[in-house]
Amino acid sequence: MTDLTNLTVAQIRDGHRAGDFSAVEVAEAFNANVAGAKALNAFIVETPEHALAAAKAADADRSAGTLKPLSGVPIGMKDLFATNGVQTTAASHMLEGFVPRYESTVSAKLWDAGCGMLGKLNLDQFAMGSSNETSYFGNVISPWKRNDGGNAALAPGGSSGGSSSAIAARLCPAATGTDTGGSIRQPAAFVGISGIKPTYGRCSRWGIVAFASSLDQAGPMARDVMDCAIMLENMAGFDPKDATSLDMAVPNWEAALSSDLKGKKVGIPKEYRLEGIDPDIDAMWDAGIAMLKDAGAEVVEISLPHTKYALPAYYIIAPAEASSNLARYDGVRYGLRDLPQGAGLQDMYAATRADGFGPEVKRRIMIGTYVLSAGFYDAYYTQAQKVRTLIARDFEQAFASCDVILAPTAPSAAFGLGEKTADPLSMYLNDVFAVPASLAGLPAMSVPAALNREGLPLGLQIIGKAFDEQGVLNAGLAIEERAGFNARAEKWW
Amino acid sequence: MSDYRIKGETGEWEVVIGLEVHAQVTSNAKLFSGAATAFGAEPNTQVSLIDAAMPGMLPVPNRECIRQAVRTGMAIEAQINKWSRFDRKNYFYADLPQGYQISQLYHPLVGEGSLTIAADEKAGIPGDKVIGIERIHVEQDAGKLMHDQHPTMSYVDLNRSGVALMEIVSRPDMRSPAEAGAYVRKLRSILRYVGSCDGNMEEGSMRADVNVSVRKPGDEFGTRTETKNVNSVRFVMAVIEGEAKRQVELIESGGTVVQETRLYDPDRNETRSMRSKEDAHDYRYFPDPDLLPLELDDAFLAECRESLPELPDAKRARYLAAGISPYNADVLTAEVEAARWFDTLLEAGAKPVAAANWVTSELFGALNRMGRDISDSPVSPAHAAELLGLVADGTISGTIAKAVFEKMLESGDAAGVIVERDGLKQTSDTGAIEAEIAKILTANADKVEQYKGGKEALFGFFVGQTMKAMQGKANPQVVNELLKKALG
Amino acid sequence: MSIDQATVRKIASLARIAISDAEAAAMEGELNGILGWVEQLGEVDVTGVEPMTAVIPNHLRLRDDVVDADPLTGGNRRDDVLANAPAPQHGFFGVPKVIE
Repeated sequence: MTDLTNLTVAQIRDGHRAGDFSAVEVAEAFNANVAGAKALNAFIVETPEHALAAAKAADADRSAGTLKPLSGVPIGMKDLFATNGVQTTAASHMLEGFVPRYESTVSAKLWDAGCGMLGKLNLDQFAMGSSNETSYFGNVISPWKRNDGGNAALAPGGSSGGSSSAIAARLCPAATGTDTGGSIRQPAAFVGISGIKPTYGRCSRWGIVAFASSLDQAGPMARDVMDCAIMLENMAGFDPKDATSLDMAVPNWEAALSSDLKGKKVGIPKEYRLEGIDPDIDAMWDAGIAMLKDAGAEVVEISLPHTKYALPAYYIIAPAEASSNLARYDGVRYGLRDLPQGAGLQDMYAATRADGFGPEVKRRIMIGTYVLSAGFYDAYYTQAQKVRTLIARDFEQAFASCDVILAPTAPSAAFGLGEKTADPLSMYLNDVFAVPASLAGLPAMSVPAALNREGLPLGLQIIGKAFDEQGVLNAGLAIEERAGFNARAEKWW
Repeated sequence: MSDYRIKGETGEWEVVIGLEVHAQVTSNAKLFSGAATAFGAEPNTQVSLIDAAMPGMLPVPNRECIRQAVRTGMAIEAQINKWSRFDRKNYFYADLPQGYQISQLYHPLVGEGSLTIAADEKAGIPGDKVIGIERIHVEQDAGKLMHDQHPTMSYVDLNRSGVALMEIVSRPDMRSPAEAGAYVRKLRSILRYVGSCDGNMEEGSMRADVNVSVRKPGDEFGTRTETKNVNSVRFVMAVIEGEAKRQVELIESGGTVVQETRLYDPDRNETRSMRSKEDAHDYRYFPDPDLLPLELDDAFLAECRESLPELPDAKRARYLAAGISPYNADVLTAEVEAARWFDTLLEAGAKPVAAANWVTSELFGALNRMGRDISDSPVSPAHAAELLGLVADGTISGTIAKAVFEKMLESGDAAGVIVERDGLKQTSDTGAIEAEIAKILTANADKVEQYKGGKEALFGFFVGQTMKAMQGKANPQVVNELLKKALG
Repeated sequence: MSIDQATVRKIASLARIAISDAEAAAMEGELNGILGWVEQLGEVDVTGVEPMTAVIPNHLRLRDDVVDADPLTGGNRRDDVLANAPAPQHGFFGVPKVIE
């Protein structure tokens, strides 16, 4: 019998529907993989019983002829989504032991669609990080190793590093991610899987621990483009509980998948050609351009003149919002309370927050607090929001002459754990290609395109017009079919 | 101009007052959640996951709260901003679960408006005065802390957390405690007419932050202090009086007023500095990224405008035009319930002047005696109209009307029923009256002599005797005429 | 412009994060590095540009004034609200005594 954990979401769904295997068999196979992969530290909480219960229900539904869209598919849930009765931590000490009595909209939709939960996936603390090294619950390790014979532990990317590592290691066929400034796309690229951040507002933010409200967007991560389409269909949708939710019907993205790009124009932003960039990245990009031409697309050069300013604008806006969003963690109503002997209320706040937040979270809260403070607000925050307007305008103008934009996902392959932690700025720069689409709220995905000379995966990014997830997925599919990326990490864990 | 002055050692000082009134918006649910707003519920029962600021919770504004604030803005003839935004005001306190209050700083819902306080010679307000209102914005209320339940802990109740407030910010246009008192009363009256706030100061539905500074007349504004959360008109006036004196004494003894937040202690009738809140306030306002700009369309605004009732000033003008005295017009329009009751009485056919006199004296007197509000008056406007109608058409006299009214209060019966049952109809039967007059003149022949001899004051005596003999039911006009005739 | 350790402490106090002297010293360098880098935004000519308000064209929807229509946004769930409280007290959240 084939190893069920090698199957994609579509294959599990269809195989279960056809009676090739039971959902319980699938759940058990993945549960076993999860249990055997502690070395990766991809999960903060494992929930095999949840996956099994959903599987039993799926098998019963199959007998009863009441199958749901994702019956029998177990998934991983990033531990940023509130899950009713299951600890939800955002990978922080602050929320260690916090068990919500509510379910996030996105996770509720997935359970309603028949999915089961294998566990809560590790991430960068409060989704702040690009390497999954800021988690209170320890680093997530990428299943990938360099081909240099060394044994350096590599970063799975961040913040959705638990999701990326788990999918690449076949611990789950798909997982949820969230993307504020590249947190779905960069980890997907680092481990050779796919991931899509939809248009801002497609997926409800209700019940997702907030990082930066105007940027946060949930999306799926999976092994291929079709699985991303399937998952996204079951995560997206209007939610009256989120004032920024898009009141639009969810398209049938899976059914409309097509890698025929005849008549489509692909924009290549000249500002993304960074000086001194890894030649493997440039080579992959050029190969990607050739693949899209081969799929029938016309390639045009475009300009996104304010690209250079996206990252600094992001590092004002996101910390500013975060400094306010994270003010609720004060030790009064839930989560950690650190009450030194004889301390008053304000001392309790300061002690609790000093103890409950990790260094990167504190750093961002400090930056955010500073840029919003009296006398600096206009120079930093207002200026950054004006620059954000210009960045969005750049895209708008570019899309007058193209349908999708092709660029690398990240400026490098996965780096080693600890390589960038000493210098926060060098870590931030890893999101240079991902952040502009986040600031403009546009749909963007990463698909694996090549291995670099160290044998590590590299990802190509497709950025689409607002609401045009279909265009993004289709271009992704065209690359997927032509890149023929089927490398996987050898099991060492 | 107010001539209210504080007399200091160095001369006279003028007081400058601005008020920020926080008025709880009348709505079923909170500003950003579906939890109830009712007063007096068990602790933390009217708290949603949103109000408790659970991780991942998001605000969605309540249309009714926006509508009420817009209607209030229209009632003070203010500019309504079709594009406004919610901002976050960031600070840490145990009654503020999110760590920020959602408010409006940069783009409030309602802009510049005004209201007029009426002249009141007795209170030192020589003429009508327009008080500018800078803005009205919508914001969340905080929760409540209780300090006396536990030796080492304070208790937090979030039932109020997230309830909608309007912050109504006046210009520093007031110059005396009386003007400030009149402003609060007038504002409260308007809010209650509009129905956007119940104005219940005891339950905290209206609180004022009182900004006070002093200056020598003609000088620039002085440094102001802000006394927070003052919850009655009387206290507002007391705060101004006390704070103005304190500032004058401070300045005259060589000190300077510092811009600070103060707290009023009603038991000691004094304000004191809230040093606990003085830690370099920096609220780091910025637009709430969970909420998009609030854009109002013309249909929404039209509905708001059409749903506005007649407001106190317009109503007062209408009453004056109908001949009602200024005093009665003031009394009748001050409280919306009384005004509504009175209007219903007019609609039922009562004559305005007589009705106004009757309501302000007879009805209010009776309600006062019984300790009841007009909203639960035992006599309905329809019954009252009937009673006044019986007086107007001469069926009963004013004196009998008083007695009938007492019986109406006791029994709840209609006036006509009581008059009929008790045979209280006024008689104009000249035969019966002439017979009684004849008897009285015969019995008081001496007085008749005196009257004829020029002591005309005795006429009242004969009227009284006749009315008494007729058991009050004789038409006084007829009695007068017949007596004059009989006495020659 | 660069910030000194006193400013670092002031920001930490505003953000209610207790920091040691060593942390303040380390943070001074890190924050200055980041702030120095973001200051390049000052180069951008933003004349006539409005700050971003809504990233995707959308308008603010308003909710109906109905109590407890949806348990996820309504009240009457005190047990859930207090379930994770560090110091629940007779239906209240307990905090160290606050002296006004």
